[in-house]
Amino acid sequence: MAEDAGAGRGDAAGIEPILEARGLSQGQIVRKRFLGHSGAIIGLVVFAIIFIVAFTSVGYAGIPGWWKYSHEDVSPLVNDGAPTASFFPPAWGEHPFGQDRIGRDLFAMTMRGAQQSITIMIVIGLIAGLIGVIVGALSGYFRGWTEAILMRLTDVIIIIPALLLAAVMAQLAGRRDEGSWFASFASNNGVLAIGIFLGLISWVGLARLMRGEFLSLREREFVDAARISGASNGRIIFKHILPNAIGVLIVNVTLTMSAAILTETALSYLGVGVKAPDTSLGLLISQNQAAFATRPWLFWFPGLFIVLICLSINFIGDGLRDAFDPRQKKFNAKKAAETEAGPAPVTAFTELKDN
Amino acid sequence: MVTYIVRRLITAALILLGASFLVYLLTAASGDPLEEFRASSAPNKQQLIDARTELLQLDTPAPLRYFKWLGGAAQCLIPFANSCDLGKNIAGQPITDALGHALIQTLTLVTGATILAILIGITLGIVTALRQYSTLDYGVTFMAFLFFSLPIFWVAVLLKEFGAIGFNDFLRNPDVPIASALAIGALAGVITAVAAGGAMGRRLLTGGVAFLFVSAVLMYFSATEWFKNPGLGPVVIAIAGVGIAFAVTLLSAGLKNRKALQSALIAVGVGLVVYFVIQPLLDEATFLMIVLLAVAAVLVGLGIGFLMGGYDRGQSMRAAALTSFLVGFLILLDRYMQAWPSYFNNSRVRGRPIATIGASTPNIEGDFWILSLDSFTHLILPTLALILISLAGYTRFTRASMLEIMNMDYIRTARAKGLSERTVVMRHAFRNALIPIATIVAFDIGGLIGGAVITESVFSVRGMGFLFLDGIQHIDPNPVMGVFICVAITAMVFNLIADLAYSALDPRVRVKA
Repeated sequence: MAEDAGAGRGDAAGIEPILEARGLSQGQIVRKRFLGHSGAIIGLVVFAIIFIVAFTSVGYAGIPGWWKYSHEDVSPLVNDGAPTASFFPPAWGEHPFGQDRIGRDLFAMTMRGAQQSITIMIVIGLIAGLIGVIVGALSGYFRGWTEAILMRLTDVIIIIPALLLAAVMAQLAGRRDEGSWFASFASNNGVLAIGIFLGLISWVGLARLMRGEFLSLREREFVDAARISGASNGRIIFKHILPNAIGVLIVNVTLTMSAAILTETALSYLGVGVKAPDTSLGLLISQNQAAFATRPWLFWFPGLFIVLICLSINFIGDGLRDAFDPRQKKFNAKKAAETEAGPAPVTAFTELKDN
Repeated sequence: MVTYIVRRLITAALILLGASFLVYLLTAASGDPLEEFRASSAPNKQQLIDARTELLQLDTPAPLRYFKWLGGAAQCLIPFANSCDLGKNIAGQPITDALGHALIQTLTLVTGATILAILIGITLGIVTALRQYSTLDYGVTFMAFLFFSLPIFWVAVLLKEFGAIGFNDFLRNPDVPIASALAIGALAGVITAVAAGGAMGRRLLTGGVAFLFVSAVLMYFSATEWFKNPGLGPVVIAIAGVGIAFAVTLLSAGLKNRKALQSALIAVGVGLVVYFVIQPLLDEATFLMIVLLAVAAVLVGLGIGFLMGGYDRGQSMRAAALTSFLVGFLILLDRYMQAWPSYFNNSRVRGRPIATIGASTPNIEGDFWILSLDSFTHLILPTLALILISLAGYTRFTRASMLEIMNMDYIRTARAKGLSERTVVMRHAFRNALIPIATIVAFDIGGLIGGAVITESVFSVRGMGFLFLDGIQHIDPNPVMGVFICVAITAMVFNLIADLAYSALDPRVRVKA
């Protein structure tokens, strides 16, 4: 961080040096702040590793991976299916995460499940982001009837439970015999269909936020200036307002994505998400929870990966929020205490020793 | 104001109509309710199909069925007519009955968890905001993110395995080896040292004291088989009561207010006397009696504060009322502990008290204490799971809100004019930080009766979520609609309340009339 730039210049002690003061561009400021957020960087690294390993190990979309088993291969049980990976000596072994009762390799299944979760998460993020931006921008920018209709539509969708929609979709996907285009699409692209379906309902929160942003940004002077110089509505929306709302958008898409992972695993757990013979992290836990006493690893590894993916996305989102927040003049009690000449501000708890 | 509310209600009704139509069609379209019969080889196959077609009126197209259902549901709006008709479920049971039962189950499950999560979450949020960038702050933030990322069904299975099965095994032979006692004590010491704050020496001292205390208590418990025959006794209640009196006074009035401290201490004394007097009465306890006693405790506290007076009567009354309520809670806890051995050895429980599924032990008999202990042992795991999951949101939100407030100019003004830090935090900052929190709390209470679908399914609680899921699985629109209508109406009403509360609490916000 720029400790020389803001020292003594900040209007109050304890407020962090302001990066804007150095004449950096918006992108540079955001990048610097994001890179300075250690939690976000760790999250990014963990997510990148999981992403690469998950998509290269068991292959994706017909491309073979480097791992010798797929999530459907059955091989003879090694050591009654217990995990063979060990730290001392560091070894990978035949089945690092163990095997299930009939001998399928848990590493392959977990990686396949992680692929599914990440795919669904990205699809939901893209679709929800796109619809949310369009609905929010239109209703916030045009207001009037457009806003009334779009926002009432949002209200309707927000109270329809996701579980119901997922169940309907699962039922439709299950009807393979009927030749409707949707049923055949859903049964051929199970995960993609779930992602699209969940994306079609998870844009509502985003749309409301974007509407709020547009409502306040459209009153700003730079929009007036653009309008007077003859810019069209589309140009004002996409060139002038949207770049100013991009922070809120990115942060909330990230948070939607982390919630989407939990939704997908929960739906698969309840039996209306990804279905066997394909697999997902939620489905693996649901299938193996009864075997916790005998084969606990079947339960630990899928759960661990859900938590890792979700946690890393959440940390990335937190870092992005800090990086994009323009009011990021954090009050720092510790710094205030160090720089102020007078006595440090006592907290409620230091009072304890006085009495 | 009235115009605003009326307009909101009309919009809500229209939204509800549209959404319920969609939900009905979606449920009806989600599959074929006759499928299980079509594949069956029962001789009366045709009869079964006809019966169900008749029951669910399958020969009527779904949109028409919706309007029939709406006609029945509209009768619920007529007050006192008692002609509410939400249809029947696939087994022929009226939905209104099923909903009533499910609602009670769901509310007992989620109310406690939500209240506890809100209290703990707000406390943690404030403490971490006051200690921004301390070890405690980083630790709590990390835990909040971790809990936020946990799938509840995974947590539930872990809790069942370690919280129920493990703890029940431990209760069979409850001795804590010295090594474990020391380890738990060390953990408690580290947590206290991190939480204590201040200079390094002070932290180490508090941590050390906590370590010695916890380890000693655990060894004492192990030696006396406390876990089999738990109890507090008057001595522990007295010591804890004095601690509560000091803590409550510190937070609500400040220790410099001697009158408030004295009122709180007198409340503890009264509580101790009552402890001995009330034991025979408690043997005959009912739920109503406990509620009345709690109210009486608060009133006695208020009375003590009033009589003590002082320059600020209100503060003394508040401190004494809170203290006497908490001491009353300790007495109640003690009575529950007295009932524990007989619950533990109950023929239905057979020494495995913490339950993994259901809402009560089947066919259990006993007095008030046994029965309520039974529901506590069934509630404890789902409650823990729900608290873990929802804690994070409250913590993060309170922390952000509190940090924003602490940067306000009026906080600086309050400090500058020499108010004590307690007054600044509790009076100026905390109350204003609560405004945005009040709205999300209202949202969450509105969502309460939707229940926790997954939690209910993991712990086999037959609440609203179960009803909903069951309806979906059997392609039975009526229960789905019943749950949906209840949830949607409460959610909308509480949304409205949240908006109104916001404008009532924050004078800068005015509703558009």
